[in-house]
Amino acid sequence: MYVAVKGGERAIDNAHAWLAEERRGDTSVAELSVAQIREQLTLAVNRVMAEGSLYDPDLAALAIKQARGDLIEAVFLIRAYRTTLPRFGYSEPVDTGEMACERRISATFKDLPGGQVLGPTFDYTHRLLDFKLAADGEVPDAPVREPSPERVPHVTEFLNREGLIEEAPADDTTPPDLTREPLELPAERALRLQALTRADEGFTLGLAYSTQRGYARNHAFVGELRIGAVAVEMDVPELGFAIEIGEVTLTECETVNQFKGSKTEPPQFTRGYGLVFGQSERKSISMALVDRALRWEELCEDNVGAPAQDTEFVLYHGDNIQATGFLEHIKLPHYVDFQSELELIRKLRREAGADALAEAAE
Amino acid sequence: MLDHSTNGKADEAVRRHWMGLLARAPEGRVAALSADLPRAFDWLRAPEIGAVMVRGRAGGTGGPFNLGEMTVTRCSLKLADGTVGHGYVQGRRKADAEAAALVDALMQTDASDQVRAAVLDPLETEETGRRAARAAKAAATKVEFFTLVRGED
Repeated sequence: MYVAVKGGERAIDNAHAWLAEERRGDTSVAELSVAQIREQLTLAVNRVMAEGSLYDPDLAALAIKQARGDLIEAVFLIRAYRTTLPRFGYSEPVDTGEMACERRISATFKDLPGGQVLGPTFDYTHRLLDFKLAADGEVPDAPVREPSPERVPHVTEFLNREGLIEEAPADDTTPPDLTREPLELPAERALRLQALTRADEGFTLGLAYSTQRGYARNHAFVGELRIGAVAVEMDVPELGFAIEIGEVTLTECETVNQFKGSKTEPPQFTRGYGLVFGQSERKSISMALVDRALRWEELCEDNVGAPAQDTEFVLYHGDNIQATGFLEHIKLPHYVDFQSELELIRKLRREAGADALAEAAE
Repeated sequence: MLDHSTNGKADEAVRRHWMGLLARAPEGRVAALSADLPRAFDWLRAPEIGAVMVRGRAGGTGGPFNLGEMTVTRCSLKLADGTVGHGYVQGRRKADAEAAALVDALMQTDASDQVRAAVLDPLETEETGRRAARAAKAAATKVEFFTLVRGED
C-alpha cells in the first residue's frame, strides 16, 4: 500500500522555480517562441500530437516548450489537457483516398497511377551534419512543377482488381473507444488500431523490428506510404447534415504481406495498416507491421509466442503515459512501504540466525 | 433564408461549402475579413472549445476506428430577423468561431453577396493558392525509378 507524505512545500516551490529558470536557460540567448517550435520542430510537434492523441499543433508546441523538449512529458501534458475538453462528437471516417498527397511512395510498384512523389523527405540524404544550419542562412525556394490532375488511388485498389490481395470491405460498425471505456481483452482490430496509433513510437518501432528479425516474421513490403491533408467531416445535429470542421495531415502506411491460402481460399496477399497524425512515417510503418502481426488469429496463422503477436503484451505496454506513470512513481516517497520491508527482512534474518552468524564472523 | 424543406440538397451543398471554408481558414483570417460586418446578434450558444474524435478506416476502406481527437471551437447565434448561424472552426479560436457563425447567418440573408465578396471569396482564393503552392512543390519531387536490368544486349 502506498502511504502519502506531507511537508516539503517550500522545497517543492523552490525546485519548481529553479525548473522554470533552467527551462529558460541562458537569458543572453533569445527565447524560443511556441510558433518557432511549431514551424521548425514540426516532426516533434507531430509526434506529440500522435501520442498525445490530440491534433492541435499550437498546443503540442507549447507542451514541448513547457516540457523542455522531453517529448513524453509533453505527451503527458497534452493527455491531461484533453481530458478537460467537452467531446462534441465523432467525425465521419476520413477518406484517405482523397488525400492531398505531399508524399506518396510504393516499394512494390515503380509505375503506379498517380506516380511516386518523394515530398519533403530525409530519404536519400547523406546523414552528414549540415554546419550551414548552425549559422543563419536563407533557404532557397523549393522548385515547383505543374501538378497533374490525375487521381491518386490506393495501391491496394488495383491489386484488389486482380483479387491478389485481401479486401477491406467498408462497414459502419461503431468502433470501441478506449478514451471512454477501459481497454479490455479480447481487443478487436478497431481497438488495437486506436491503441497503436497513440502508442509510443519507440515501443512500436522495436516490436515492428522484432517481426522483421524473425519473431513472427510476416514479410512486409510497404505497398504504399502517403502523407498529406485530409478533410474531417462531422454530422452536426443542429444543421441536420455533415460539414467539414477542418483538415488534418496524416501519414498512412499499407503493407503488403505474405500470403497463405486455405482449402476454401486461394493464396492472397494480406495487409497491415498504419494511420497516424502528422508526418509520422516511422511510426506509421511500425504500426502497420505490428497490426499485421496481431492479426495472426483471424488469418489462421500459428501463434509462435512472439511478443508482437501477444495482444495483451502490445496493448498494455505501448502507452508511454501509462508506462511512465507507473515507472516513475517508484521514485516518489515510499518510506512507509520500505519501512515494512526493512522490518520483514530483519525478522527473516533473525529467524535464520543471521545475526548470530554475523557476530561469529567478527 | 435557406429553406431546407423544398430546395434542401442544393442549398445544403452551398452551405456546406462555405462552412468548410470558414472551418479550415488559418487562425485570425475569418475574424479579420469579417471585421466590418454588422455585429447585431444574440448568442444561442457562446463560443466553446471542445474536441472531436476523428475516425479512420482499417485498411483505408474497411471498418472504422478512433484515430484521435482534434480541437474545435463552436458557437451559434441569432440575427435580429431570427436567422440562425452556426460556427464550427478547427482549433481553439473563439473570435474566428464567432465570425464564422456571423458569416453563416448573414449568408442566409440579403447581405449574402456582400459577405461572399468580403469574406468567402478571399478565403477561397487564399486556400486555393496555399494548396496549389504545396501541390506544385510535391509535383517537383515526382520521381521515375528505373530497375537496372542485367545481361541485356
